[in-house]
Amino acid sequence: MNILSLFVLVPVLTTLGIGFTRNLKQTRIVSAIGMSIQLILAVSLVFMYLAERKAGNAAEMLFTYDALWFPTLNIHYAIGVDGISVAMIMLTAIVVFAGVFASWTMEFLTREFFISLILLATGVFGFFISLDLFTMFLFYELAVIPMYLLIGIWGSGPKEYSAMKLTLMLMGGSALLMVGLLGIYFYSAPGGGQLTWNLLEISKVQIPIEMQRFLFPFTFIGFGILGAIFPFHTWSPDGHASAPTAVSMLHAGVLMKLGGYGAFRVAIFLMPEAAHEQAWIFLILTSISVVYGAFGAIWQKDLKYINAYSSVSHCGLVLFAVLMMNQTAFNGAIIQMISHGLMTALFFALIGMIYGRTHTRMINEMGGLMKVIPFLGVVYVIAGLASLGLPGLSGFVAEMTIFVGSFQHTDSFHRFLTIMATTSIVVTAVYILRVVGILLLGPIKDDHFLHLKDAVWHERLSTITLVVSIAGIGIAPLWLSDMINVSLAPIVDKIALAGTQFIGLF
Amino acid sequence: MTMNDFLMMRHELMLLATALILLVIDLGLSNVHKPKIYPIVIALFAIQTIVGFLPGGTEGVLFGGMFRSTPLIVMMKNVLNIGVMIILLQSYTWIMKPENREKLSEFFILLFCTLLGMYFMISSGDFLMFYLGLETATIPIAALAAYTHHQTKSAEAGVKLILTSALSSGILLFGLSLIYGSTGSIYFNDVASLYANTPLQVLAFLFFFSGMAFKISLVPFHLWTADVYEGAPVNVTSYLSVISKGAASFILILILYKVFSQLIDVWQNVLYIISVSTMVVGNLFALRQKNMKRFLAFSSIAQAGFILLGMMPGSQMGMTSVIYFVLVYIFSNLGAFGVVSAIESVTGKVLMSDYDGLYKTNPKLSLLMMLAMFSLAGIPPVAGFFGKFFLFTSAASAGYYWLVFIAVLNATISLYYYLMVVKAMFINKSDQPIEFFRSDVMTRLGLLLSGIGIFVIGFWSQVYEFISNLSIGIF
Repeated sequence: MNILSLFVLVPVLTTLGIGFTRNLKQTRIVSAIGMSIQLILAVSLVFMYLAERKAGNAAEMLFTYDALWFPTLNIHYAIGVDGISVAMIMLTAIVVFAGVFASWTMEFLTREFFISLILLATGVFGFFISLDLFTMFLFYELAVIPMYLLIGIWGSGPKEYSAMKLTLMLMGGSALLMVGLLGIYFYSAPGGGQLTWNLLEISKVQIPIEMQRFLFPFTFIGFGILGAIFPFHTWSPDGHASAPTAVSMLHAGVLMKLGGYGAFRVAIFLMPEAAHEQAWIFLILTSISVVYGAFGAIWQKDLKYINAYSSVSHCGLVLFAVLMMNQTAFNGAIIQMISHGLMTALFFALIGMIYGRTHTRMINEMGGLMKVIPFLGVVYVIAGLASLGLPGLSGFVAEMTIFVGSFQHTDSFHRFLTIMATTSIVVTAVYILRVVGILLLGPIKDDHFLHLKDAVWHERLSTITLVVSIAGIGIAPLWLSDMINVSLAPIVDKIALAGTQFIGLF
Repeated sequence: MTMNDFLMMRHELMLLATALILLVIDLGLSNVHKPKIYPIVIALFAIQTIVGFLPGGTEGVLFGGMFRSTPLIVMMKNVLNIGVMIILLQSYTWIMKPENREKLSEFFILLFCTLLGMYFMISSGDFLMFYLGLETATIPIAALAAYTHHQTKSAEAGVKLILTSALSSGILLFGLSLIYGSTGSIYFNDVASLYANTPLQVLAFLFFFSGMAFKISLVPFHLWTADVYEGAPVNVTSYLSVISKGAASFILILILYKVFSQLIDVWQNVLYIISVSTMVVGNLFALRQKNMKRFLAFSSIAQAGFILLGMMPGSQMGMTSVIYFVLVYIFSNLGAFGVVSAIESVTGKVLMSDYDGLYKTNPKLSLLMMLAMFSLAGIPPVAGFFGKFFLFTSAASAGYYWLVFIAVLNATISLYYYLMVVKAMFINKSDQPIEFFRSDVMTRLGLLLSGIGIFVIGFWSQVYEFISNLSIGIF
């Protein structure tokens, strides 16, 4: 059996297994076992991938498997990975693993919670291994819909409103996406012959430019909504704030990356001509996302809202880099996806743990927590430093690469936007340090806080996994960026070729 | 008639025999023993369903071209059979109620008569047979809608249905007479070759289409739907919304593709407008419904708009996607109606607010309802996703990208109200939730079948391929 199919099969079997469990203990043990297997699989996939590349296998996709599913429409179950998808799978496995341990004490409808959570993960894994646009879209929608139940049932605050808003906006996104994908399919063989959904085959042909002009915005915005592109980001703060801890982790950490990955893999890769032509519109929008998200975070008083706006800013940076369309920027975009995925998951996990102790998320009601819960406090500071881009942690590598890549454009339009976007780094420092100062340092505001207990073992396991990954990328980013760079080469070639045919607007 | 001719008409002949056998048995039974008919009905119809799938005698023409049969037409009848089988199973609790069991056999006989009409309608080779089938299919339904006539609403539903269908038949007949007048023939083959797109013929088509639009309840001819669906007994409603609508869609697409193939530019425009208005109006009205039956009525209006979308390209892909979608829709909608029917028969509750907290008391019913809602909304991994996706693919194959976009946006709107049901069952809390109850074996079997269908049909690509292979020879 193909190792990639296991990434879908293991979660499905885990959910089935959870269906047979009888109490909280059994349920979380089954989930933990399932997701540990998934993590081990992901780690071994990374090593197998590197070994294959070392052995000289230069194919665009490795571990491919292809089975015809609907012959009339030429729909395949086609899977395969390159360095980019391997990295994304690794990220997903880490975040889901941490997420299961972060929701260790979930007592209300435990089975249903873990089933929905792991179903969501199934969708995400399936999305990253798919080479066929149909199955990709299927997994994409599969990942979105459990969010409704997860937020609606186990959420907090205005959960019903947030859940509905999130689901409808994301499904509206897939409405755009559907049109884009169908258009790509029907123009996948402009020279005649068999139409195909296969990503690699479509990338070898050139979709007629008039169709690209029509389809690119649909596809890009369709994915962009999931990547919180301005002005379609409004689902994100509400959704993240209302979601339970593990769901916020998974959603901000992984699900939003589907948007960036898809915008890159499908929209830009398959329609590079239109991408060059229309990039300026979306660059403006994403720059607004970056800056607006950062400024939005400053005003918030609720810890989750701060992080949700920070996610808008950071995910905006992913799309911003993707639209810069050169090797360095792409590389930065992908590292940023991974880096942001890890640190935002860590943030949400910590917020969940702090909330579980103090029963408030309002920063001005808390203070001096470092004295009573030093472990969580220190980890919070680490996450914050990663977020504001301190060297040695993953955030620095990602943002540095992105801005170096963006600065390679010498025209004033790109320069201006890049400088605008870099201001977000300063603003990020403001809101991170402000929170750290109020929340962790200073005098203890409330006597109840004196009796708080520090993290227990499953919380430590969850956070340490994430901290180690963040520091790992920050200290030794080369293996990751090498892995990505090799796979980027054919993509960049295609896009650069399209760029030479098009004289830019600016 | 040869053996092959009998085989060709096996659906019709067997169903007629079944209805007559039931009539005779019913005469000999006293009121106390009436319920014994139920197992006989199930057994006979199960045989009918199975025999329908047997190979042989599928291709040919009878009665000088009035009756025709192709593998595709046989498939359509089989699809309807599957739906009717599930409805029969699901109606057990309701039909066994003391006030209904005395006229139990009438329910089945009338049901089979309408089904017989639909068979003839689908198999028709000329407009006369088509019209006979249509009327045979419609009139008994009015009687069925008024089945529990001691309830005012049910009687009202019957009257509304018969009046609107009389009106629509009138419009349809006017269209047919214009077709005959302008071409001199009522045979599908002749009409198809003689059609020359004169203004009179376009007018004739529009009258014909309006008549059919009543039957499929397309906007602006949909106003009867909600009242009739609400008033009729829930099992009759599910028959109306699934089988009746499915059969009418089948015959509409057959006639559009076969008879009016010359007129494709005209009917594509008509379908475009009607499809958009049907989806939008159906969805917007469904948003505010509080009664589950009315809610499903408007949702089924919206679904009809999606069906029209699949008809757009006038190709094999269009035919396949429509039949496949109807099959998926049968399972999904019967899943939803099955739950509504089970709950209404036991507790008498039909409001959406009654479903609050259902998951706590009846988890299995809630799960099935959720699957059905997701399937109707077109969410993977259930079959509805595949059905909708292929409909959209079909419309996009003719280049109607904006129409697809409008449709998917509508699917998103529809997701809102489908999620409202899910929300009621899973999220809302209630002081007086529906108590836990166990349905009888038959109902559970019916629910199980629709649940399996919702899950399996999508992934099992052979179903789609099978229908696609049959759709080749249609033109």
